[in-house]
Amino acid sequence: MEAKVEDRPATTVAQPAEPKETDEAAPAALGELKIKATDVNLWYGEKQALFDVNLEVFGQSVTALIGPSGCGKSTFLRCLNRMNDVIDICKVKGDIRLDGEDIYAPEVDPVQLRARVGMVFQKPNPFPKSIYENVAYAPRLHGLCATKAQMDEVVETSLIKAGLWEEVKDRLDAPGTGLSGGQQQRLCIARAISVNPEVLLMDEPCSALDPIATATIETLIDELKENLCIAIVTHSMQQAARVSQRTAFFHLGKLVEVNDTSTIFTNPSDQRTQDYVTGRFG
Amino acid sequence: MTDQTASLASFTGEVAQKKLRKRHRAERRFRAYGVAAILFALAFLVFLFASIFSQGWSAFLQTSIKLPVEFSQDVINPSGNPDAEDEIFRANYVKLARAALYKQLGIDAEDRKVRRDANKLLSRGVDVQLRDMVLRDPSIIGKTEDVWLLASDDADALLKGSIDRKTPSDRRAVNDQQVTWIDQLVDQGDMEKRFNTGLFVNGASSNPETAGLGVALIGSFFMMLTVVLLAVPLGVCAALYLEEYAPKGKISDTIEVNINNLAAVPSIVFGLLGLAVFINFFGLPRSASLVGGLVLTLMTLPTIIITARAAIRAVPPSIREAALGVGASKMQLIGHHVLPLSLPGILTGTIIGLVQALGETAPLLMIGMVAFVVEYPTTPLDPATGLPVQIYMWASSAERGFVERTAGATMVLLAFLIVMNSLAVYLRNKFERKW
Repeated sequence: MEAKVEDRPATTVAQPAEPKETDEAAPAALGELKIKATDVNLWYGEKQALFDVNLEVFGQSVTALIGPSGCGKSTFLRCLNRMNDVIDICKVKGDIRLDGEDIYAPEVDPVQLRARVGMVFQKPNPFPKSIYENVAYAPRLHGLCATKAQMDEVVETSLIKAGLWEEVKDRLDAPGTGLSGGQQQRLCIARAISVNPEVLLMDEPCSALDPIATATIETLIDELKENLCIAIVTHSMQQAARVSQRTAFFHLGKLVEVNDTSTIFTNPSDQRTQDYVTGRFG
Repeated sequence: MTDQTASLASFTGEVAQKKLRKRHRAERRFRAYGVAAILFALAFLVFLFASIFSQGWSAFLQTSIKLPVEFSQDVINPSGNPDAEDEIFRANYVKLARAALYKQLGIDAEDRKVRRDANKLLSRGVDVQLRDMVLRDPSIIGKTEDVWLLASDDADALLKGSIDRKTPSDRRAVNDQQVTWIDQLVDQGDMEKRFNTGLFVNGASSNPETAGLGVALIGSFFMMLTVVLLAVPLGVCAALYLEEYAPKGKISDTIEVNINNLAAVPSIVFGLLGLAVFINFFGLPRSASLVGGLVLTLMTLPTIIITARAAIRAVPPSIREAALGVGASKMQLIGHHVLPLSLPGILTGTIIGLVQALGETAPLLMIGMVAFVVEYPTTPLDPATGLPVQIYMWASSAERGFVERTAGATMVLLAFLIVMNSLAVYLRNKFERKW
């Protein structure tokens, strides 16, 4: 056990060097460094849920966070837009920088941060309002649209980007909760991207959906990453393999290994990663 | 393994059949207990309503006598000065009414005994009735007009059948002579039971036929207004703070326990508190509906806080996450999502609290709202009574008219409660987001 703990920092310490190599090798595949998390520790009350996590997330690409249940991947994701702030007993230590700016600095307003770092949740959670209102809510909240025409345009663009426009353009006044599960989730994606966030966090967005809806969302993620930095938590290793360029493997609150997705799935450097991706545990 | 096969076989055996029948019987019995309990409760409800209605429906009718009253200038305004309001106010209107009655019955106005018997047919409230007519329209002075005048409590009771005609005359409230007159008037169509508007507009009176709920209704209205204006905003704000902002810990636990305790405090204690704080310390007037409203506010507050908290807690966390996730601040989250979604629950709780407050009597007794108030209160600071207190006061009077009025007022109160409860159900269904 001791040996393994000794082993882990070695992998993470090696991390900063690695992206540079990949940058040189395939600069087109990954965009610029978007989020850099350094030594993130997190406690729920007395219980520590994250241990010294160091992770970098790059723009114009998808980073998948995988790992067995309770490994802290969702918790880490929620640190990136400070959603954990709303939990009273949650305490975060460490340094998380978005474009080099510390998001836990006292002068940062978490509410504004969440507009820049959008989030899609496990269960589709549209507001009990119309489809139009669901998408228009965030732009209106942040005062991004001055006129009704502008708002219409934002709603349309967001729904087109989310691949939902064709299905709902004739019934924008219909309740958002009346859509099917997959459509609801795409509506939630449209809602999240309506304010042009720089980062989109997705917390197991397909776990409540059937395979066809899942495939639609995966295609969508692939398209969205052209202009966005996406971090996705997933239980499905196949999904991670399909949609992501980089994969981070979490285990027991620790980041075990992060690398190109292909490397993680074919040639992981850590035994635990190897065991997990080959289905020996988890 | 063998055991299992053996027990499986017993599913079809005679013993098993017996067991099965026994279980079915037990199930049926269990269901019957529930039905019996409901029937029991319903029976009591029916009994309650039946007894109140059978006693109270007659309070909505009041016997009146149609008389051609001559508004004689000599009696009302002998000075001939139409501006002499004091003179008009003090005029002997009873004399006018009695003169008209003697004429109508064709009796000798000289015989004192006959006169006294005849006088007893008219209510003592006829002078106010006629005076109000003259004050409203002084031009009727000098004319003769048909007026429906209130009959006395005893004549009313005879017509409503609560006085038995077979009782010997000397032991009856109306003697044979009066019975003859009443029958004569009824036959002529000059005496009948008419809808009792006085029940809803009159103030307190020692004569049952002129007593009404007017003051009590206005008092109750002022009190409900005070409760709505104070308890609802206070309750909702407290509930929002406790649910959304208050850090969970010892302090919030203590507050929660104490709010629940407050809801269980007997209402008369709130009355004592109101007496000590609002009347003795702050010096607010006694019998004022404002004080009643404040006391009822204190009493209703815990109910509203508890129901509002439950409604707020019922807002799904996914909606909160969704709103926070797109960058809504806490206040925007509450204003745009939490409050609208919990509104039906809050409304229901509020109305249930109001219904409780409307029917509350004990604390009002403590702050002196059990008073004989004739004049309408115009502000919440004027003396007033409330509906349940009026019922309480009438219930302690012995006259037949008050007995039926007690039941009648109860019906009015019940009607308000039923309307408010239905409103709660309607609002909950209307605002409940089904999508």
